[in-house]
Amino acid sequence: MNWNWLNRNTDQILSWLLAHLWLAALPTLLGLLLALPLGAIAFRYRWSYAALITVAGLLYTIPSIALFVVLPGILGTRILNPLNVVVALTLFTLALLVRVVADALDSVPPPVRQSATAMGYRPIRSLLTVQLPLAIPVIGAGLRVAAVSNVSLVSVAALLGVPQLGQLFLVGFQLDFYTPIIAGIVLCLLVAAVFDTIILVAVRLATPWTRAVSHR
Amino acid sequence: MTGAWDWLTTGANWSGASGVWARLLEHLWYTMLALAVAIVIAMPIGAAIGHTGRATGLVSGLANALRALPTLGLLILLALWGLSTFKGDIALLGPAITVLVILAIPPILSNTYAGIAAVDPAARDAAIGMGMTGREVLAKVELPVAMPLIMSGIRSAFLQVVATATIAAVVSLGGLGRYVIDGYNQQDYSKMVAGALLVAVLAIVGDRILALIGYFMISPGLTGRKVRARATTADMVVAIRQEGGSTVLEPANQAGARS
Amino acid sequence: MINFDNVSKTFGEGDHRTAAVDDLTIEIPTGKITVFVGPSGCGKTTSLRMINRMIEPTSGTVLIDGVDTRSIDAPTLRRGIGYVIQNAGLFPHRTVLDNIATVPVLQGQSRRSARATAAELLERVGLPESMGQRYPAQLSGGQQQRVGVARALAADPPVMLMDEPFSAVDPVVRAQLQDEFTRLQAELGKTIVFVTHDIDEAVKLGDGIAVLAIGGRLAQYATPAEVLSHPADDFVADFVGRDRGYRALSFTAAGQLPVHEEPTLRLGSSPARGPAPSSAPVGEPYWVLVVDDARQPRGWVDARRLTSGRGVELGDLVLGGSLADPHASLRTALDAALSSPSGRGVAIDADGRVIGTVAARDVLRAIEAARVNAPHSPGQGTSPGAGAREGEADPAAAAVPS
Ligand SMILES: Nc1ncnc2c1ncn2[C@@H]1O[C@H](COP(=O)(O)OP(=O)(O)O)[C@@H](O)[C@H]1O
Ligand SMILES: [Mg+2]
Repeated sequence: MNWNWLNRNTDQILSWLLAHLWLAALPTLLGLLLALPLGAIAFRYRWSYAALITVAGLLYTIPSIALFVVLPGILGTRILNPLNVVVALTLFTLALLVRVVADALDSVPPPVRQSATAMGYRPIRSLLTVQLPLAIPVIGAGLRVAAVSNVSLVSVAALLGVPQLGQLFLVGFQLDFYTPIIAGIVLCLLVAAVFDTIILVAVRLATPWTRAVSHR
Repeated sequence: MTGAWDWLTTGANWSGASGVWARLLEHLWYTMLALAVAIVIAMPIGAAIGHTGRATGLVSGLANALRALPTLGLLILLALWGLSTFKGDIALLGPAITVLVILAIPPILSNTYAGIAAVDPAARDAAIGMGMTGREVLAKVELPVAMPLIMSGIRSAFLQVVATATIAAVVSLGGLGRYVIDGYNQQDYSKMVAGALLVAVLAIVGDRILALIGYFMISPGLTGRKVRARATTADMVVAIRQEGGSTVLEPANQAGARS
Repeated sequence: MINFDNVSKTFGEGDHRTAAVDDLTIEIPTGKITVFVGPSGCGKTTSLRMINRMIEPTSGTVLIDGVDTRSIDAPTLRRGIGYVIQNAGLFPHRTVLDNIATVPVLQGQSRRSARATAAELLERVGLPESMGQRYPAQLSGGQQQRVGVARALAADPPVMLMDEPFSAVDPVVRAQLQDEFTRLQAELGKTIVFVTHDIDEAVKLGDGIAVLAIGGRLAQYATPAEVLSHPADDFVADFVGRDRGYRALSFTAAGQLPVHEEPTLRLGSSPARGPAPSSAPVGEPYWVLVVDDARQPRGWVDARRLTSGRGVELGDLVLGGSLADPHASLRTALDAALSSPSGRGVAIDADGRVIGTVAARDVLRAIEAARVNAPHSPGQGTSPGAGAREGEADPAAAAVPS
């Protein structure tokens, strides 16, 4: 490791890190916000399940590098516009989470659902206040996968000139120099670990009952 | 977009050493090679871990760590190292394929493990009680029952490898990624989009083909898909009634989400 | 014959040591059903699995027909022993036929001939042949359990081990499976070791019962009748439960009960002398037994409710409970009397024709007599009924009630 090089380029690296953070975080959040209602629809209406899951599967199948390239043509953006990355990764997150949300809602034990209905909950209310909270651990696990994957996928966009930590890899390649590459990998892993931990803690806080059981 | 269409419908772009057919073949070759090597490495290890129940912590740790590893960084790191260590073709191909293999291993390994770990303990118990040896239990019961998850692991690995093989063009590897990288460098957006579309089609078609292979490799008893039963309709109705009209003929969930 | 010779099994080390089976010595007779019964965790499964070496004893020996099981390669040993478990453990990826054919194929039989045998077995366990092509997921729990039994029978093993095979199905199906199992065993005469936590099941199926106490101690080994009538200790008495005295009556034949003459009325006819005789106590129902043309009992009718001249219809009848046939036990005879609206139990001959009625007081008298005749002894030992009946050379064989 060449610490001098890192010292000299701290400002540049920090700005890339910041860009990387929001390029990975924003699509994760947007994807989750979209996946919740769509997943709920897929869960509520059988006819929509097959359709939504098929489309999601197809979207998930398309490599993100292909989306990065094709989206500007569809959105009318310039190729190095970060918006392409945000849209592509939002789609990726959505594709991954729709199914997770639908299946997580479905995995809530029928007696719980039925007793909510029996107590007079309307479907929407039961969904929001009974099933959704119980589905949080599963959705959280899916979200962790999406968030961590996004951190890695963002760096690919460096190939198209979008500035973020991935630039460190290209710099290293051009200079035939390991330091930036290793720094980039370490920072990516750190960002992934931070996201992972945040989601983990959020899920814990949102589901106090799961701990009550495991401590017994 | 229309530019990409023009590019794709120009016959000259399809032939020759840098034509679509040649690039497609290269891409397929990298993908298949990496996938095959990964299967040979990951399936036995996953099977051993699932069968013995040892070192299970390793599996999830490995899968998570590798998911977080930036593929582009890993690729470039190994490529630089390869260029400084080897000569000729292997200097590029070796590191690139290694990265592809490394990325393909976790989904196959963890799904093989998870599939075997999820085998109904009663079925395993019965197999041992009937006098199957450890190997027989693995080969005749555990692996076939785990097959839906194993196949879905292989499909995830395939997608991962196809995508990463595209990126590998940045370290001068062949394959469809060349159009994306070269197009970018030449500021030829049509070429980039054409390459991207080809990659997307390859991923989708390949995934479908693997799904089809899975269809034949996975017992209908595990998927709940319609059985070529000789049973009469009346028979089926009886069966449904006996199950309290529930899930007998419903498709079981397609095995697990992708890792 | 299966012998446990001073067999013990402990799991774990140091503080985590559990004695699952403690110095078990027991002789399991050939061709009979021997039941291991006891509360959960008392070592039944452990004992059973030491027979086919799925668990190795910590000390002691298990012998099958005098051969130490340790001298036989474990998989080979197991292929010769049928094994049925609680949730059947069917292989989900194989059809019912291929599930049943598993062991014969393991033993080197061709798939084709193994499947042919499997199809026959399917019928034997009461399933239609068409089910052979199904997968386990397409069967109900009871059907799966039948397939599990068929699979264990496929290689025609002389010994069968069954670990709570009927525990996971509902009571109605369970009773059905038990009945068919009894019928099947009558045909096959296998040496069966059967594990259950349900004393009723043990009593119903077992030729001999080994009651195990927590810690793997053999508390009593005797015939079902003996266990019910003479529990060896407080633990057994507590385990067999409150109704044991009543249930024990199942094992004593009613024999020569006085049968009283009973006037009957044919279905469709009306009483010759009007609804009820004037001598009958006023204000109480006057019960008359109604039979059909074959003199088989159909039910009871309160003659006071019959309008003069009208024939008795099925709708007028009140049904009784059990019928006392020539082979009835004291329990059946008593129930016949108690469950009849008239208080008189209907006695029938072998063809099901009414021969009269039995009275509860006569059954009680017979119970008294049976109690006096039965010897009262501790009933503990390594063979069912050892010491329970005087002077028997081969207690294991003789202990089994017909
Ligand atoms: N593999 C094992 N490891 C540790 N303890 C065991 C094991 N198997 C059984 N035991 C213990 O041995 C005792 C007897 O178990 P088991 O034979 O399964 O009882 P049962 O079948 O009568 O319910 C129990 O206390 C149980 O916890
Ligand atoms: Mg048990």
